[in-house]
Amino acid sequence: MTYDIAVQAEGLVKDFGEVKALDGIDLTVPRGQVVGLLGPNGAGKTTTVRILSTLLKPTAGRATVAGFDVVRQPDEVRRAIGLTGQYAAIDEYLTGRENLRMFGDLYHLAPKYVKERSAELLEWFDLTEAADRPARTYSGGMRRRLDLAASLIAQPSILFLDEPTTGLDPRSRLGLWGVIENLVKAGTTVLLTTQYLEEADQLAQDIVVIDHGRVIAQGSAEQLKDQIGGDRVEVTVADPQAIPRAVEALAAVSGSEAKVDDLRVSAPVSGGSTVLVEAIRALDARDVVVTDLQLRRPTLDDVFLTLTGHTAEDEAPPPATQGRRGRRRGGKDA
Amino acid sequence: MSTLTTATPVAMSRPLWGWTIHDGLVVARRNLIQTVRVPELLFFSIVQPVIFVLLFAYVFGGAIPIPGDTASDAYRQYLMPGIFGQTVAFAAASSTVGLAEDMHKGLIDRFRSLPMAPPAVLIGRTLADAARQVLVLFVLTLTGFLVGWRINNGLLDAIYAYALLLLFAYTVAWIGAWIGLYMPNPETANTAGLVWLFPMTFLSNAFVPLASLPTWLQYIAAWNPISALVLATRELFGNPTGMGGDDFWPLQHPQFYTVASCVVLIAIFSTLSVRRYRRTTSR
Repeated sequence: MTYDIAVQAEGLVKDFGEVKALDGIDLTVPRGQVVGLLGPNGAGKTTTVRILSTLLKPTAGRATVAGFDVVRQPDEVRRAIGLTGQYAAIDEYLTGRENLRMFGDLYHLAPKYVKERSAELLEWFDLTEAADRPARTYSGGMRRRLDLAASLIAQPSILFLDEPTTGLDPRSRLGLWGVIENLVKAGTTVLLTTQYLEEADQLAQDIVVIDHGRVIAQGSAEQLKDQIGGDRVEVTVADPQAIPRAVEALAAVSGSEAKVDDLRVSAPVSGGSTVLVEAIRALDARDVVVTDLQLRRPTLDDVFLTLTGHTAEDEAPPPATQGRRGRRRGGKDA
Repeated sequence: MSTLTTATPVAMSRPLWGWTIHDGLVVARRNLIQTVRVPELLFFSIVQPVIFVLLFAYVFGGAIPIPGDTASDAYRQYLMPGIFGQTVAFAAASSTVGLAEDMHKGLIDRFRSLPMAPPAVLIGRTLADAARQVLVLFVLTLTGFLVGWRINNGLLDAIYAYALLLLFAYTVAWIGAWIGLYMPNPETANTAGLVWLFPMTFLSNAFVPLASLPTWLQYIAAWNPISALVLATRELFGNPTGMGGDDFWPLQHPQFYTVASCVVLIAIFSTLSVRRYRRTTSR
């Protein structure tokens, strides 16, 4: 297996009857990298992953994974990938160890290897103690870990993680992030979908933002933040009467117009933290009493809001065009 | 990852269809482990036919005369192969419900993302459901002995009879699997998996002699494969057959007709099921 591009998608379209889930997705994941697919519910993240992992056939467009065409060579693709979906895909009546054995057998791996690898994965995911208990007795976090372990049984070179931490408590989420970081260090390519900006920021070198089945932005977290302008100085005033003077002060510091939002006044700046000193001087000179003053770096939330007009956690607003009714039917296909 | 020291796995390469039996058995093992983990389900699937034996033997038994056999326990001798036939037919319902449940779980996505033989999920389901009937038949046989039923022919004939019953169980499991693939949810499967089984098992010679049915029904019942199965096992166990003289062709060759209809039905429903499975799973 020699390839530099682990995942390549060109113009992926997927219709579910009248509903257009994907409307021409282009995507490239270089080998050994983590790419984050970021978007709200219904944006098309899961549909994209399902096509790339051979679970769905695209209506149009093509995609290769590990150099193999997902439609024409699904068996080759399946040998190269691991998939962890939004719902723990394990058998809850089987024990953790029995689950891993079953999946290892279905990958047609040597029984001795499956046995050793299962023990290793159980240890690694801190499931050794629970290994011989039916999975239905596991907590949500344990199920997710077993699910991820199952997708690693054959040491796939490419891993698809569909919202791997949705529904997990913060501690489990951090634990899973650590696991993913380790996998990447060992050379695994990861395509990760998430609606948590923080997660994409933390794990992915490259972020692809999708909405309504289209790619609307792409780049590193830093590049995306730059797209909506750099830092802003933000001041909260004590007295509404002081707002015009605060606007004047910030405009003087930034050289461009200041924005007012309730008691908060902000303006784009460059030059790092020295502008804070300038801002304090300018405000003081105009007798503005401030309750809060900060230099705010844009978050991916700001990026998302700027790009899509809604935040990532919101449901996508109803599409304006005809014929897209019910595009979010069945959250699973979102 | 540095803690993982295992050597790179060697996936044995062979065309995927060559793994069909292997993968089917892996899935069957999973389904049988489930049976052990939910003993309640197994318990009730055994209790139900046992109750049927007791009800029929003691409630209806006296009211149904068996042509050609006037012994007082003739109906019980006659009944047991009928109960065997009905019981294995109901294996289909567990295939329907089991597959409907599987198809609505995240697990099916993992199966489909594995390089496994596509029919394995169906083969594993039908094999496990048929295999479970071994235990059910064993308990039923003991119950039969308790109510006075006897195996009158040799051991080989009896083994042959049980083999026919299991073949039939495997056959109806495929029909059940096919129905399960069309079910929108497991609750519907619970009902739909059973409805067709009642007419199928009652429109036969399982509980009453064919001669007691209206003529037009006799035709239907005679060509119903379950009649041939039940007649074949009655003959093999050496129990009263309840047959008159004017026999229908399938009932003149019950063993042949049983095996032939099983082979044809498996061929039809496994093909339909695999096609349906592929279509549902790759929209």
